[in-house]
Amino acid sequence: MSDTHAQTVAYVRETMVEQKEPPLSQSGAYKWIHENMFSTPLNVILTVVSLFVIWTVLSHVLPWAVMGIWDADSLAQCREIRDQLYGADASVACWAVISERWNQLLFGFYPPELYWRPVLAFVLFLAAIAPVLFASVPRKMLWFSAAAPFVLYWLLWGGSLWGPIAVAAGFALGAVVMRFAAPALGALAGVLLAILVPLLYWFLISGPLAGALNAVIPLELVNVRSNDMGGFMLAMIIGVSGIALSLPLGIVLALGRQSDLFIINKCSVFFIEVIRGVPLIVWLFTASLLLNYFLPPGTNFDLMLRVIIMVTLFSSAYIAEVVRGGLAALPKGQYEAADALGLDYWKSMRLIILPQALKISIPGIVNTFIGLFKDTTLVVFIGLLDPIGLSNAIRASTDWNGIYWELFVFIGLCFFIFCFSMGRYSLFLEKKLRREHR
Amino acid sequence: MQQQATDTVDRSHMTVSDEVAIQITKMNKWYGNFHVLRDIDLTVHRGERIVIAGPSGSGKSTMIRCINRLEEHQAGQIVVDGTELGSDLKNIDKIRSEVGMVFQHFNLFPHLTILENCTLAPIWVRKVPKKEAEATAMHFLEKVKIPEQAHKYPGQLSGGQQQRVAIARSLCMKPRIMLFDEPTSALDPEMIKEVLDTMVSLAEEGMTMLCVTHEMGFAQAVANRVIFMDAGQIVEQNEPKAFFNNPQHERTKLFLSQILGH
Ligand SMILES: Nc1ncnc2c1ncn2[C@@H]1O[C@H](COP(=O)(O)OP(=O)(O)O)[C@@H](O)[C@H]1O
Ligand SMILES: [Mg+2]
Repeated sequence: MSDTHAQTVAYVRETMVEQKEPPLSQSGAYKWIHENMFSTPLNVILTVVSLFVIWTVLSHVLPWAVMGIWDADSLAQCREIRDQLYGADASVACWAVISERWNQLLFGFYPPELYWRPVLAFVLFLAAIAPVLFASVPRKMLWFSAAAPFVLYWLLWGGSLWGPIAVAAGFALGAVVMRFAAPALGALAGVLLAILVPLLYWFLISGPLAGALNAVIPLELVNVRSNDMGGFMLAMIIGVSGIALSLPLGIVLALGRQSDLFIINKCSVFFIEVIRGVPLIVWLFTASLLLNYFLPPGTNFDLMLRVIIMVTLFSSAYIAEVVRGGLAALPKGQYEAADALGLDYWKSMRLIILPQALKISIPGIVNTFIGLFKDTTLVVFIGLLDPIGLSNAIRASTDWNGIYWELFVFIGLCFFIFCFSMGRYSLFLEKKLRREHR
Repeated sequence: MQQQATDTVDRSHMTVSDEVAIQITKMNKWYGNFHVLRDIDLTVHRGERIVIAGPSGSGKSTMIRCINRLEEHQAGQIVVDGTELGSDLKNIDKIRSEVGMVFQHFNLFPHLTILENCTLAPIWVRKVPKKEAEATAMHFLEKVKIPEQAHKYPGQLSGGQQQRVAIARSLCMKPRIMLFDEPTSALDPEMIKEVLDTMVSLAEEGMTMLCVTHEMGFAQAVANRVIFMDAGQIVEQNEPKAFFNNPQHERTKLFLSQILGH
């Protein structure tokens, strides 16, 4: 204002007057509280009642948690300490169960002298997902992310490194076949060949090959059986594998359900509806019991692997439906523009359709992941020692017989932290993509 | 209204050759029981600028979308640049990469920048190196007069700018034929001119063009032939002067009086 009027108005104030604070009744916390909590009589009542409820809960829970005892070897000892400190009728937590069974809650019955392996695996895992989650991490790191599953498997289960390497080579083989055969044979034949060749390789060659390589250069770690794994490590392994595998599978299913090819379309629909329509727990029992009947006798198909497969299939059906929603939300013009430019089906999906459809689907996808991660606790019913399973085992021991809340609060809190971070990440990603594209 | 804009058209390069670019014979198409296109016969020579007009629902879009197989025809024959459109996917991809198309609603890819929109197909379909594709893209963005927007996203541009980008995106594939499906009918009046100017300059360079449009000023200035469609048939075709001054069929007269009447 002052610029434009400087020539025409006789007196122009040269310096700005300091802006005054608004009066107390119009500013900051006072105003906010007044408007949001005490604006009407009903609002006043609701506020008072809510405050009372919150106070009642906190006044019981906070002292219980804060005064909790961290240093004891058993529940009995915990109670002794409590009697000394606060008197016999005080209600205080006995967190000592967590500190005493910390390793077990994290690793299950993993051999203690090998704890470094899951810890290292966890650190490597964090490094591997960083480039996937955050675009600011150098793109070259994605090569590490691609290699990570094999390295992590080796670290956790041990055995020869050549095994995972031989398996990984199968994927490379598929990629090579795809690269060179597809242009010569056409897309469909190329894809089929790129699936068939690695499968043959895995069944016939990769095992002996790994054995032979290991005989020349042995790279072995001590074997750890799946049965010995438990606790949060188990939940993480099942959850992360399920998440990582169900996203691609779900996308493929969603595309299948959209496909014009009759067989592919019907198979996808059937798969999705059947998997979705039956409770996960039933699939888990199927994995643990029924598969034994179908598999040839003597095959010892790892239970954890079976569970991972089931959890993956289950959540991929949900992902497929979420992604289908995203695909359906795209305007038809996007498909047409991609077609008109001469992009073939796979390229238009990969470059045009899926990036947009997945962006729309992020909230639903992350929602499914959160569900999957929490559902890993269901494996307790088929005898795997996930955190809940371990807490049952701990409560059954003579030392800790009778303890409930502390373990469940702790487990709940850990799951909450994981799931809450996933939710936050989803928000971050949505905001970032919205900012980028508008 | 737009006539003034296209008065000064440079016709020196607008030469029609004998070479046939598109040959449509006895083409028919149905949607279920609905006979959308009836016995369409059309021969387009290289260098022709054809404007297709007709009432809404007469099958104009369907016809030009058959040319690059966005719609499938059920009877008859379409030959584009010597390649027959059949069920062979290789032929379809080949034709699509040589026939550019501009849509009423632009259909830019909102998740890619303007530059990426323009380089995507050359890189992935024509296998042009990225640097070269970007240079080509910048060349065409300059031609449509928006090189400074190259790093923005489509959502940040006005409708007229988006449509010019859509034209540039098609041109980056170095097409030999361009199809336009009502490129200006989703635009505010003040943006129509900038898009028409772009199309005029394309015509001046001798591009073979099929435009579905109701911009009759553009038709008079640029087209060498105007086709009138009604109820799935080509009712009448003639050079623009004769078409506008001396329409033969009743339906054409009615249509022209409606569109030019007020
Ligand atoms: N996918 C479709 N299914 C059924 N009918 C359609 C479809 N697309 C277009 N039509 C019908 O075909 C006729 C011609 O449509 P169109 O070619 O879009 O006309 P124009 O572009 O001349 O306005 C219209 O009556 C329209 O309702
Ligand atoms: Mg139309």
